[in-house]
Amino acid sequence: MKNGQNLLRIQESRDAGFVERVERESGQRVSQCYQCGNCSASCAYTHVYDFPANQIMRLIQLGQRDMVLRCRSIWLCAQCQACTTRCPCNIDVARVMETLRVMAVEAGQVSEKDIRLFYDEFLKSVAAFGRVFETGLLAAYNLKTGKPLTDADLAPQVLRKGKLALMPQRIRGRKEVAAIVRRFVDAQPQR
Amino acid sequence: MRIGVFVCQCGTNIASTVDTGAVAQRALDYPDVVFATDYMYTCSEPGQQEIQKAIAEHRLQGVVVAACSPRMHEATFRRAVEKAGLNRYMFEMANIREHVSWIGQDKGANTLKAMELVRMAVEKLRRNEPLFASEVPINKRVLVIGGGVAGIQAALDCADAGLDVVLVEREQSIGGKMAKLDKTFPTIDCSSCILGPKMVDVAQKENITLHAYSEVEAVSGYIGNFTVKIRKKATYVDWDACTGCGLCMEKCPSKKTVDRFNENLGTTSAIQIPFPQAIPKKARIQKDACRYFATGKCKVCQKICPTNAIHYDMEDREVVEEVGAIIVATGYDLFDPAPYGEYGAGRYPDVITGIQFERILSASGPFGGHVKRPSDGKEPKDIVFVACVGSRDKSVDRPYCSGICCMYIAKQAILARDHLPGVQCYVFYMDIRSPGKNYDEFVRRAIEEYGVQYIRGRVGKIYPRGDRMVVQGADTLLGAQVEVEADLVVLATGVESSRGAKELAEKLRISYDQYGFYMESHPKLRPVETNTAGVYLAGACQGPKDIPASVAQGSAAASKVLALFARDTIATDPQVAGVLESVCIGCGKCLSVCPFGAIQWKTLRDGSRKAEVLETVCQGCGLCNATCPPKAIQLKHFTDDQILAELDALCA
Repeated sequence: MKNGQNLLRIQESRDAGFVERVERESGQRVSQCYQCGNCSASCAYTHVYDFPANQIMRLIQLGQRDMVLRCRSIWLCAQCQACTTRCPCNIDVARVMETLRVMAVEAGQVSEKDIRLFYDEFLKSVAAFGRVFETGLLAAYNLKTGKPLTDADLAPQVLRKGKLALMPQRIRGRKEVAAIVRRFVDAQPQR
Repeated sequence: MRIGVFVCQCGTNIASTVDTGAVAQRALDYPDVVFATDYMYTCSEPGQQEIQKAIAEHRLQGVVVAACSPRMHEATFRRAVEKAGLNRYMFEMANIREHVSWIGQDKGANTLKAMELVRMAVEKLRRNEPLFASEVPINKRVLVIGGGVAGIQAALDCADAGLDVVLVEREQSIGGKMAKLDKTFPTIDCSSCILGPKMVDVAQKENITLHAYSEVEAVSGYIGNFTVKIRKKATYVDWDACTGCGLCMEKCPSKKTVDRFNENLGTTSAIQIPFPQAIPKKARIQKDACRYFATGKCKVCQKICPTNAIHYDMEDREVVEEVGAIIVATGYDLFDPAPYGEYGAGRYPDVITGIQFERILSASGPFGGHVKRPSDGKEPKDIVFVACVGSRDKSVDRPYCSGICCMYIAKQAILARDHLPGVQCYVFYMDIRSPGKNYDEFVRRAIEEYGVQYIRGRVGKIYPRGDRMVVQGADTLLGAQVEVEADLVVLATGVESSRGAKELAEKLRISYDQYGFYMESHPKLRPVETNTAGVYLAGACQGPKDIPASVAQGSAAASKVLALFARDTIATDPQVAGVLESVCIGCGKCLSVCPFGAIQWKTLRDGSRKAEVLETVCQGCGLCNATCPPKAIQLKHFTDDQILAELDALCA
């Protein structure tokens, strides 16, 4: 296996309730996966994954909770849903990846801290302005990751094309959007 | 009436959750019961002797056995009581295994339920009457529907045994799918070389009547005496006159007709003989492609035909055949890969199906047996085979394994290498299923001797790059996405039920599963029988099957027909409806509900109209009994009286 573990004592590392929990929270029958590999065959980011999508499904089936939640693949998934579209077992694989990210956050096992930060800042921006304010999001993300010049070289081009606004756009229903986010956050157990 | 009750322990199957001794003891309290006992295996030889002994010793007039389902052993026990001198219908069975011991753990409750079921059986038996089967003659002719290899085998076996055989084939020639194959796994023998002689035999046997380009329209009757209406579709060629010389095909100006026999890879003429070995080797005009039918002008074939066989005014014709048994061998169709948009079949000419590649390999195919790709006629350097296209895939409603694709891919890869030694073949597969004799060795040969690259994973998408196709898939053994550039991609399309299978099943009154495959009577022990007496199955109409299995079933179905025809008469089931004429009011409701047309009018001397049951046609379904307003029509052995007595016993 890619993390150098060529021997996996699957009974020792097994979390018996993991499959059921992933299935319940994602609404997907992961146990139906018969490893055809079409998710990995269709995946746009598999070249940067530590485990390809089909192996993630296999690890879930074997209850290898820690290995799944700590892996990079679940954070590198772009939610393009090619896997979901082509799964012969009708499993929404992208939905499972989403579920795993939430579980990784809850368990404090996030491997890609920056990507998690991006998700959080994105949602904050939506909560504040009703839709994402890209310029503000970029600034906050770059500052908080301690890499303020990330992608700065692209700025002149995108600014010239008018792709980045200097002020957030005001939309109707901002309060309602904020309420949706608040309602979701309030319903979650403390993290 | 003197009744004996026998409660079976079925080893521990019943005894572990039912107190069989207590059930037998309780039975002695029921009316007319003079003897009751429990026994370890009532169905065994000594168990049956026990019943026969009791009948003699206690002068029993009726027997109840409380045991398994009557589907399992009713026939066994009926024979046993008959041997001891009782009428076989003076017997009742209470199912205390499937309905009691296997489904409940509470021994007290189970025992009570078993007692109640026995009581119901006793009350019914008290109202039973001896019934007697009548004998009807068997018409010893057999109808075989479908002229693929399974149907051909069945027809030849029956004909060899001296039976008159009627073979109906929907297409213009017999031969089925096998006639389109180039070679066959795992021996690489030429398909038409082994099938051809059998097809010729069919044509030459005097006791086989072949109706090609014909379809079964309607079936009536029952085992031993079926009447079948067959529609002979218009071919616009008088087949008695046609010699199959092929002159018309040469001169026909409509040469751009899509060649269906070659799976749309080439063109043919509007008047056509599908392939050189066709049986019957007769021409047919494909109406929608014919210039005369489109414009009213042409008639070239009529002018050129040396035997004046062309008749543009020919119409469909109906023939009626009387037979005693029917073998259904309607075969299968191949999955249409259109739902897999990401594979591009139909959009890209070099993405083809397995059966199309079969025609490309064939010497009588569109390219004369030269392996070329359809787009530009170039010889391919790399060929990719994609397994399980329309198999084991719930998302396209084909969750089952087609069973033949693993083997035909291996064969096609080997043949491709034989044709073009420089070609490299790749196979994307999920699992290799090769359980037949010499099958796995054959796949290993493809891998080891022919250097076919097997890649364990499914294909995500196929798209063009330059004049080649890129196949993007997974190698799950490597845990990597892989990409293969190919000149030709072959999709191993799976097996599905034959077009029109459900409609035919309804005509034959046989059942089919959710995918349209016909249901056998028992998946292991009655594999070629259906639940309709006298109708048998052979080949892939029952489920995906390869050639050896189809041939074996063809012979098996023939042997079943021969066993049936070994007798001159057949006993009819006396559990049929009967009319009490003095009560019948002649309303005719029974006539309108009977699904079998088994009830007709009868006029009495006083001119009054009464219903009459044709006992040989009645299937004993009981619809008329339930419908009859004055309860004049009664299903024998299941009369209102008997059923109400059972209910009274239960509610008492």
